[in-house]
Amino acid sequence: MWKWLHPYAKAERAYQLCNTLLPYFVVVSVLCIVVGWVWGLAYAPADYQQKDSYRIIFIHVPSAILSMGAYSSMAIAAIIALVWQLRNAELAVIAIAPVGAAMTAIALITGSAWGKPMWGAWWVWDARLTSELILLFLYLGVLSLFHAFEDKKAGGKAACILAIVGVVNLPIIHFSVEWWNTLHQGGAITKFDTSAIDPSMLWPLLINILGFAALVGMLTLIRLKNEIIQVEKHRPWVRQLVSRG
Amino acid sequence: MQFESFSDFIAMGGYGFYVWLSFGSCAVIILGLLFGSLYEGKQLKQQIKSQMAREERIKKAKEMEAQV
Repeated sequence: MWKWLHPYAKAERAYQLCNTLLPYFVVVSVLCIVVGWVWGLAYAPADYQQKDSYRIIFIHVPSAILSMGAYSSMAIAAIIALVWQLRNAELAVIAIAPVGAAMTAIALITGSAWGKPMWGAWWVWDARLTSELILLFLYLGVLSLFHAFEDKKAGGKAACILAIVGVVNLPIIHFSVEWWNTLHQGGAITKFDTSAIDPSMLWPLLINILGFAALVGMLTLIRLKNEIIQVEKHRPWVRQLVSRG
Repeated sequence: MQFESFSDFIAMGGYGFYVWLSFGSCAVIILGLLFGSLYEGKQLKQQIKSQMAREERIKKAKEMEAQV
């Protein structure tokens, strides 16, 4: 496996891999999000209690799941960067962070817009909401820590350490609705046996989750390509690439 | 189709403002990040290109000087 993986430590190979993977992520994300939005907005039945306001679920849940998924990927990349000293992994951390921050912001904004009509308030200091807000600050902290150092190596190390330490927030977010008495409802689709959501609403939701996952991958790949070019800009392969296109 | 007419669809049973606020801000954030990232990449390549052109000019000027 190491023999197979090792070439990707080279920036040029990693860049090529990004290019190979990118089209698949673009196709899956565009297809799933278009289908998921149209299905969720126009074809899924209205909720018997929340009526049409529940349609926010089709972006709120995917973005919330992916805000945590992106953070775990970022933390894994950070561990790889610190343990094996792979610079590409460090670049991946910096490439994922803004994407994860965007997902967190979407989860917070859509949750707010859903909370106003249903709970009567844009924001409450509920355990789930507060821990998700901390997740946003963690993403922003990783980004600003990376850019705060004059020495890129020190900045990368500090950002990786913060990313790893911040992982403690993930179980807090996940279990916040069980540990504390929250206004936010408990999980509905994470139960493995029977889902609490009717299939007519569950399917568009799952399609949207898949679409958002592919979207996070796509945005990360685009940003990772930029980061690789940025640090390799004096290398011949980048110069060839630039002068070609 | 769950809605009788297009205006029904926009109204979202009276929750239109909240639903479209959510979907709108979601689209704006995603597209902003997407086009921002693409633009950054373009800008970066442009910078490297002009840096290469600059180096080329310096090299040529040095050659000229050596000839004189």
